[in-house]
Amino acid sequence: MIEFRSVTHAYGDRPVLHDLSVRLAERRVAIVGGNGSGKSTFARLLNGLLVPSAGSVLVDGLDTRTDGRAVRRRVGFVFQNPDMQIVFPTVEEDVGFGLKARKVPKEEIGRRVAAALDRHNLARHRHQPAHQLSGGEKQLLAIAGVLVLEPAHVVFDEPTTLLDLRNRRRVIELVRELPQNAVVVTHDLDMVMDFDRVLVLEDGRIVADDVPSVAIPAYVKRLS
Amino acid sequence: MLGLYLHRESPVHRWPAGVKLGGLLAVTAVVLALPGVWGALAAGALGLGLLPAARLPVATVLRHLRAPVAMLALLFGVQALLAGTGWEAALVAVLRFAALILLATLVTLTTRVTDMVELFERVFGLLRPVGVNPAKLALMLALTIRFIPLLAEQVREVRMAQQARGVERSIAALFVPLLVKIFTMADDLAAALEARGYDPADRGP
Repeated sequence: MIEFRSVTHAYGDRPVLHDLSVRLAERRVAIVGGNGSGKSTFARLLNGLLVPSAGSVLVDGLDTRTDGRAVRRRVGFVFQNPDMQIVFPTVEEDVGFGLKARKVPKEEIGRRVAAALDRHNLARHRHQPAHQLSGGEKQLLAIAGVLVLEPAHVVFDEPTTLLDLRNRRRVIELVRELPQNAVVVTHDLDMVMDFDRVLVLEDGRIVADDVPSVAIPAYVKRLS
Repeated sequence: MLGLYLHRESPVHRWPAGVKLGGLLAVTAVVLALPGVWGALAAGALGLGLLPAARLPVATVLRHLRAPVAMLALLFGVQALLAGTGWEAALVAVLRFAALILLATLVTLTTRVTDMVELFERVFGLLRPVGVNPAKLALMLALTIRFIPLLAEQVREVRMAQQARGVERSIAALFVPLLVKIFTMADDLAAALEARGYDPADRGP
């Protein structure tokens, strides 16, 4: 479970999130809201990439302020732009990067990378330079690089924004089938219709928090 | 010269990175030490001989050599015409560089970056007593190779955006937005590295 306790966050003197308290225990949680509503900041607080200016964020009881490293092991993070997440030049090497950083034995890295490439239909690209992949394949590679680490929770920051229709469907399907708990920040309202819970952020505050059938119409109404 | 790894099932690909880089260093030393053109010719012949053994497509290797050839032509012109060393000495210098660039291209095309990084980690590890972090240096190498095509793409994007707005050639108009993009990329990359478990404080094995 991920818990926000009176979380406030500001960049310099510009406040972005205001005194948020919320517990996320559902398998699929969506965070929606307009540009500048604080969604991406909220997401980055979930795995300790940011620590709150005030209050605390707990992941399975671990505080992101004091246990950042352990928290990041439990929470995988998929960025909007896969180009910024791919670190090594070829597909196979990049999927293995996180495992190597965690000092997993070489044989196990090989085994887990091969399984991840198979699972995400990337095996035929294993020796290919990452920059030659299509946008959808890059996003799958970025996701494979996170899931190979077997995190307990996965945070997706606008995973379908840069994708065409077919790749968007692939990513939606992938998120749907994940065994882990997932928090998805998105503008893609169709994607989250079958989620367990939707939080609507506006000006750094939660203005709706309910099942999609209630929260999404409320969000759309606020937009109009 | 910074050709990306090109996978092939070949004996050259299977040679350890240390052997290939060590060999390249040794050949470089010999080529530079031998007087005249013989060292360069021998190294060039070695490179050409390794091409079929590495099962690399000649067209790909030639594509990687396009930019260095232009640079070597310039070097020849400067040496022969401006430096006054004579065309024979300029030719020897250019042949030496050409042979070494061919061999270096072969090394990068047949060696995985991870193998290269592991080798550098081991080599840089010798400098640990003087405060060098080998893991950091090795990651820097990997990131440099990974981000070269990405930066080239950014340059193309900015240039096209400028052209669309009627600016055909302006260094400032290219440089400023590019710099902003690079800083943003650096920020995002730092966050991504952290998210994927990289710990900058980790001093390696």
